[in-house]
This record gives sequence, structure tokens and C-alpha cells, in this order.
Amino acid sequence: MTLTKALTGLALSAFLMGTAAFAGEITINSDQSDPTPKKAMEELIADFQAKYPDITVKWNNFDHEGYKAAIRNFLTADPPDVAAWYAGNRMEPFVKAGLFEDVSDVWAANGLDDQLKSAASSMTIDGKKWGVPYTYYQWGIYYRKDLFEQNGITAPKNWAELLGACEKLKAAGIAPFAIGTKALWPTAGWFDYLDLRVNGYEFHMDLTAGKIPYTDPRVKAVFEKWAELVKPGYFIENHAAIDWQDAIPQMVQGKAAMYLMGNFAVATMKDGGLTEDQIGFMQFPEITAGIPMSEDAPTDTFHIPAGAKNKADAKTFLAYLASPEAQAKMNATLGQLPVNNQAAKPTDTFLEAGFTMLSNAHALAQFYDRDAPAEMAKAGMEGFQEFMVKPDDLDRILERLEKIRAKVYK
Amino acid sequence: MPTNSQPAGFWKRNQMKIAPYVFLAPGALMFLIYVLIPIVQSIWISFQDWDGLGPKTWVGLANYVELLDDDTFYVALKNNLLWLGLYLLAIPMGLAAALFLNQNVWGIRLYKSLFFFPFVISQVVVGLMFTWFYAPDFGLFSQAIKWLTGSEVAILADERYVTYGIIAAGLWPQTAYCMILYLTGLNNLNAEQIEAARMDNARGWRLLRHVILPQLAPATFIAMVVTVIGALRSFDLVSIMTAGGPYGSSQVLSYFMYEQALSEYGYRMGYGAAIAVVLFLIMMVFITLFIVRMIAQERNR
Repeated sequence: MTLTKALTGLALSAFLMGTAAFAGEITINSDQSDPTPKKAMEELIADFQAKYPDITVKWNNFDHEGYKAAIRNFLTADPPDVAAWYAGNRMEPFVKAGLFEDVSDVWAANGLDDQLKSAASSMTIDGKKWGVPYTYYQWGIYYRKDLFEQNGITAPKNWAELLGACEKLKAAGIAPFAIGTKALWPTAGWFDYLDLRVNGYEFHMDLTAGKIPYTDPRVKAVFEKWAELVKPGYFIENHAAIDWQDAIPQMVQGKAAMYLMGNFAVATMKDGGLTEDQIGFMQFPEITAGIPMSEDAPTDTFHIPAGAKNKADAKTFLAYLASPEAQAKMNATLGQLPVNNQAAKPTDTFLEAGFTMLSNAHALAQFYDRDAPAEMAKAGMEGFQEFMVKPDDLDRILERLEKIRAKVYK
Repeated sequence: MPTNSQPAGFWKRNQMKIAPYVFLAPGALMFLIYVLIPIVQSIWISFQDWDGLGPKTWVGLANYVELLDDDTFYVALKNNLLWLGLYLLAIPMGLAAALFLNQNVWGIRLYKSLFFFPFVISQVVVGLMFTWFYAPDFGLFSQAIKWLTGSEVAILADERYVTYGIIAAGLWPQTAYCMILYLTGLNNLNAEQIEAARMDNARGWRLLRHVILPQLAPATFIAMVVTVIGALRSFDLVSIMTAGGPYGSSQVLSYFMYEQALSEYGYRMGYGAAIAVVLFLIMMVFITLFIVRMIAQERNR
């Protein structure tokens, strides 16, 4: 008797699930494996379901690192209806391979060209939009306010002031800059900003698009500025042995004063024991006068795979994701910035500063390892790390990068 | 009865011939599917330009030509030779440990287990432990160096020492492995021969050199094989401890292949396959030597 009941129940639920799949089910694959992004995503899905009760969302959450390999398989083998990825050149291979759906109509129908303006260029390839951005965060120099005050330093506005501040700090026995280059990418933040300030956004984009040789004197000029910090020892020692988090204790202990990082570093600094009053944020100072200030702001995005089964509902989801309300709520949880300029401003001090800075930016770069193709990025960042250890070998490093550039962009 | 005799007769007549093949078949099939076919496929892919997603394009030897012009390849090759040379130290070290532990003292089993311990734990754990051991600021090793010389050396961030640092980490479990091979060898020594040698007044070094070592030859051979292969496929430690860094100076062929073909920064399947083929050819040299020796030994029996 009970067995029959159980079987009937089972058959019934299977039947219900089966029908639900036909009446608007979308599958989302993403990599929000850390607790905070996971919570933000759960809230987003719950709110979406409340607004569109007839669409069922099935969410597959992947491990962050594993996702990068997994997406290559599932886009061809078993495409979901929506997939998380990144803007800029990171999405280019999938766009070129015809694996992402053109979503220009979602942008046009919802006025996104205007509302998501700051990220529009990084979502565009061949004049079409290939996804919807939902969050980004600023990069900049985070510094120990109290240490600056003790040594009579005000936040530097230009290169000469920055060098002056470094000299004072070094004389006081404090390493001016913390950095951990074991994972390579923190070096790219430096290269990006130096290039954006020395040569500007357009040059930086041309360089990362492979149009300019690394042996160009303008590229060399970037490294010469960098050498002004490397050669006097303005970075902490042994940075190649440690990860970026391992350099934070030096800042907490007052052995280092500044850190060029993404906004996520603030949480780690606070965990390490710094209070909000001790941490200051400043825009990377001007180097070549007159070049408009552009910033690094890596953007996370959602896309519709070309092989999606339920594209209509997937587009509804993207449109919802782009809306000011959804972006404001999601980013409040994430502790990052909404891309939609109609979204409510964040209340956090650092995010507010970042929001103002990015809203006024001339243009936004995605970060070297997203702007440049993967192979070039890897070689480039290795070169940056080598330069930070052996600044005298610059010519040899640049020649090697140029050789790789010639190979990568053929 | 007569109707039955025909098939039974066939089986009876050929049983001795067929049976070995039947027993071999499952193993041979596995070997074909998991070893031989992938080798052929790898060689095939190494002649293509392929990102793992799109269509493959035939490029002939272009991947190999590019490899010959790639600085990282030579760094990796040089490091592989370093690994090969220094990793062999595990054999004398393992022998020394085995001779030391081959005595009857109270609790010797515990000591043996402790010495064998590094081989039991995962290479990843070994790598992490040594990374902390070498870490500047708080690592035991760098503290010791600081105390001795007054200045700190970040082993894993210095291109001069990084490969040696990783090999040292690798030697720890490998020595334990060689030790256990020798310990089993020492158990099977011919007591009469040693007795006879002692009567002839052989002791110490000469006893070891001329009586014990020849008897340990099979253990030495196996230790050689596993160490050489271990050195050539060194991957986990490099991946955990440095990921090939700083700036590619601790790169080895196996990690280089992985990075080019399968990591976030690569997906150049053809190029990765070409590296794999080169590594395979180097391994083939050693494998052939070992197999020739093994066949020669079996013939001599």
C-alpha cells in the first residue's frame, strides 16, 4: 500500500518536473563558489522567481577555478541557457567560435546602451553586444592614513608627489608599497595603471590588442617610470615568494604603507585588524599631464550560449539582471559596484569613492589579463614580475615579449 | 557423443595456445585504450593548431619549429636534466637510510614507519610544507639562513635556487621510497654469503661494496627506474610550490605542457601535444635502456 503511494508520488513529481521543464525553465551555470557571491546570486534568483513565477530557474554553481575549464566543455556539449563569464577579450574566443548569442536586442529594448554605458565598449565585439554586465569594482591605491599623517604626507596627486612620499616613507623605515607577485596578476595592475597614465587608454588598448610592439619606445617609457619605484627599493622585499594576501600583514604591522589593489583588498585589510579610519583610498596619480584618467574595472557578466534551449526566458533573465533594482541589491551584498548608472549608490566609503571615480573615468580597462589574449597575458605578467626583480634586464624582457606578441597575434 | 567431439576437440587441441591470449586480452585491451591510442592521438594533435574548441588545422611541423625557438622550452629542458641528475641522489640516500634502519633495536618498526612517512603523504602536502619551510619572514629554513648569514633568502622567489629548492622537497619522499625498496632487499640477503665473507675477514666498506651491493642489484634497478621516471614527470611539486615561477625559471617539461595545453592561459592543444611528444621521446630513451636490460637478464636466467 505504502509502496504504491510512494510510487505514485514519485511518478507524479517526475511528471510535474517534466512539465515544468517545458513551461519556462532556464538553467544558469556560474562560478559564485565563495560565500558572499553565492548569497548574492541566491537573492538574485529568489527575486527573479518572485517577479516571474512562471519561469523556473535551475542554477548550477561551479567552483571558481574549475569553471574556467568547465565552460569550454559545457558550451559545446551541454549548453545552459545562461552562463557567467567576463567582459573584454576574455569573451572573445567564445564569441569568435560562435558559442555566445548576440544580445543586442536586450540592450536596445531596455535602454541599456544608456544605463550600462560605462561597460558598453567592453561588451561589444563587431558592433554587437554579447552579454550583460552586472558588477565591477575599482582599482586604486589603498594606503595607511595614520602612517601618512605621522610622516607628514598628503595623498599624492602626481608622479613627483608620489616619489616624494615614497622617499619619506623609505627614510622612515617603511616600505612604500606592499605587493605579492607569486600569482603574477598583481604586477599587471601596476603595468595597466602606469601605461594608462603615461600613454593613455587608447594606447593601452592598442597594445593589448597587439597593434603595438613591446619594443616601442613608448612601452619602454612605461617601464622607466616603473623603474623609478623598483630601483630605489620602494616595493617590499621577496614579493615574488608571496601571494597578494601575504603582503597585507606587512601593511597591518605598519611595515608597508600603500597597496595598489582592487577594492576586495579592503575586506582583507579589515580582517587583519585595520580600522576604516586607518585605510585611505586614492586614485592612481597623474603622470603625463593632460592625459584623461582611465581606470581598471574588471567586469563580471552573464551571457546566453548560442546552443541555449530557452533563449526567450534567458533574455528575460538578462533584462532583469541589468535593471537598476537588481544590480543595486546584488552589489550591496557583493560589496561591489553596480554597472547600471541608475542604480542606488553604495553606502560604503570606499565603494562610494570608487563609484564617483569610475563614473567620471574617461574609459575603463578590464585588467591586463582580460584585455590581452590569455597567452600574451601570461608571458607579459611573467615579464613584469621579472622586471620587478631584475629591472636592469628590461631590454631582454621586452625583446622576449615582442617575440611572443609576434606569435600570439598572427 | 560423436557430435560433441568436434568443438571439444578444437578447444582441447588449441587450449594451450589460446589460453594465454584470453588471459592477456583484458590487460592488452586496457593498454590499447588507455596508453597506445592516446599516444598516437597526442602525436597526431601535435601536428595541428587547435584550441580544443574550434576546428583543427594541420600545421605540419610548425609546433616543433616554434618549440625549438621557445626560450621557456630550453629552461624547462635544463631543469629536467637538473631534476634527473639530482633526483638520483635519492638512491644512495635511501640506501644509507635503509642500512641505518636495518638493525634490531627496540621500536625499530616505529622508526621505519616514520622514515617511510613522507612517501605516504600526498605530494601536494609535501609541496605545501616545503613552501612554508622556505617562506620568507616565518619559514623555518629562511629563519635559519638569516641566523647563519644575517640576510634572508627567499628560495622559491630566486631563480638561482628555486629548482634546487623544489628538488630538495622531491627528494624527501623519493628517498623514503628508495629506502623501502632497499629494506626489502636487505631482508632477502643470503646470510651464508655474508657469513663466508666475514670469515674471509671482509667488513665495513668492502663487505658492503663487494658482497651486499651485488645482492641488492635488483632493488637498485627498480629504484633507478622509479627515480628516473619520477624525475621526468615531476609536476605536482612544481605546480604547488611555484607554478613554474618566478618568471618561468622553475619550469619543467611536464608543467610547461600542462600550462600551454590545459591552463587558463593556454589551450594550445597542438603545442602542448608537441611538448608531450618531446617528453615522451626523452622518456623512451630511458625506458628502452631499462627494457633492454630486463630482457637481457631474463635471457641469462
